[in-house]
Amino acid sequence: ESLEFTAMPGFSTDEEKTPYEDVTRYNNFYEFGTGKGDPAQYADEMSVDPWSVIVEGECDRPGTYALEDLVRPHDYQERIYRLRCVEAWSMVIPWIGIPLADMLKRFEPNSRAKYVYFETLHDPDQMRAQRSLFSTIDWPYQEGLRMDEAMNELSFMAVGLYGKTLPKQNGAPMRLVVPWKYGFKSIKSIVKIRFQEERPKTTWEMIAPQEYGFYANVNPEVDHPRWSQKRERRLPSGLLSPNWMETRKFNGYGEQVAHLYKGMDLTKYY
Amino acid sequence: MTIPMLPFRILVFLLSCVPLALLLLDIATGSLGPDPGQTVTETLGLSALQLLIVTLFMTPLARWTHWSGWIKVRRMVGLFAFFYAALHLMAFLQFILGWTDLWATFTKRPYIIFGSLAFLLLIPLAATSTKAMVRRLGRRWKPLHRLIYPAVALVWLHFIFQARSDITEMVIYGLVVVFLLAIRGYWFGWHSLVPLRAAKRR
Repeated sequence: ESLEFTAMPGFSTDEEKTPYEDVTRYNNFYEFGTGKGDPAQYADEMSVDPWSVIVEGECDRPGTYALEDLVRPHDYQERIYRLRCVEAWSMVIPWIGIPLADMLKRFEPNSRAKYVYFETLHDPDQMRAQRSLFSTIDWPYQEGLRMDEAMNELSFMAVGLYGKTLPKQNGAPMRLVVPWKYGFKSIKSIVKIRFQEERPKTTWEMIAPQEYGFYANVNPEVDHPRWSQKRERRLPSGLLSPNWMETRKFNGYGEQVAHLYKGMDLTKYY
Repeated sequence: MTIPMLPFRILVFLLSCVPLALLLLDIATGSLGPDPGQTVTETLGLSALQLLIVTLFMTPLARWTHWSGWIKVRRMVGLFAFFYAALHLMAFLQFILGWTDLWATFTKRPYIIFGSLAFLLLIPLAATSTKAMVRRLGRRWKPLHRLIYPAVALVWLHFIFQARSDITEMVIYGLVVVFLLAIRGYWFGWHSLVPLRAAKRR
């Protein structure tokens, strides 16, 4: 389905976009399997219509919201962001959606809301890899942001890409996009939003805290224990032209977000 | 019934070429997806592990079927496993590392160290696989080639240490490897215990 939107050149890179076929066939969405092609193959087993989101915690307007009530009142924007995966590959994706801050403000978070927590759908009937016996993920998938990160103008709630409704393998019907952090922070198919005072535990942090931290800011100076983060392969990559490029701190969005981490030791808060 | 050796040998040769042929076909048709270097590296590594496992199946198969043909093709399959492992290493250096960051990669990252040690163990096995070397080494050949056991264990560690969250595939390979190593242990124990028992009885 085609979506109407306003292009936001101020928030968009003019780097070459990763083709639609690659963006929608090469995915990490472990609810459907660990293979890059698994989500495109199996995400159809998930139903996204109707969809509702539970909003709870430290806010004045908690409740269960239908998807249409969350996104329709806003005008859709298109933002072409870089996406840097912790596995050292990256893409450039034209997202359609709304600023996260606009959505969160409507729930009227109170002064105790220091963090916002997000949760993906947990339904083993629709998400086949949640039935796996040997998964180390304690479903549902959980993520979170500090409130000032969530309210940053770059944080985005996407409902589409390439001008069309979000394909299921990309996290339909609604997913987070936090372009200065590794891709796993950009949680897909969100069913719960909670405002809270204490820092939420996030899925990858729970599995391997020495490898994945809460902040997960793109940072070439801090290696993942299993691979270097200094460079990335911009996809599509080829055998003869691997398309290597230097990884930039905060994925190149330092101007907008570096102030959020002033005085923090990013080798400790990775 | 006797199975003719030459056609069997050719069949095993062709089957061992299949993973590479499929990979080349995928490269030629551009159907490896947006990150072909990663896919090529992973595919070659998995093929190497699979062929290592096949070589470990040859002795049990020969025992169970009372046919020595399995043993006669074992060396060839082993050489194919080494060939895939070597291509896997080259692909990793070329496509994943781009020949940078070598020191940190090979000294700091446990899964890389396991994989490298496994490959180092396979080198003398491949090098002593010729008829002339078998003859020259004589009775030392067999103990040397038992290095395949630690090698396959290291390959499995190399594999599972790359797991992100779901280890189903690694568990399945692990069970097969444990089974293959366990029957060696069983046979080894069996043979050493038989004379012992006989001695006790006397």
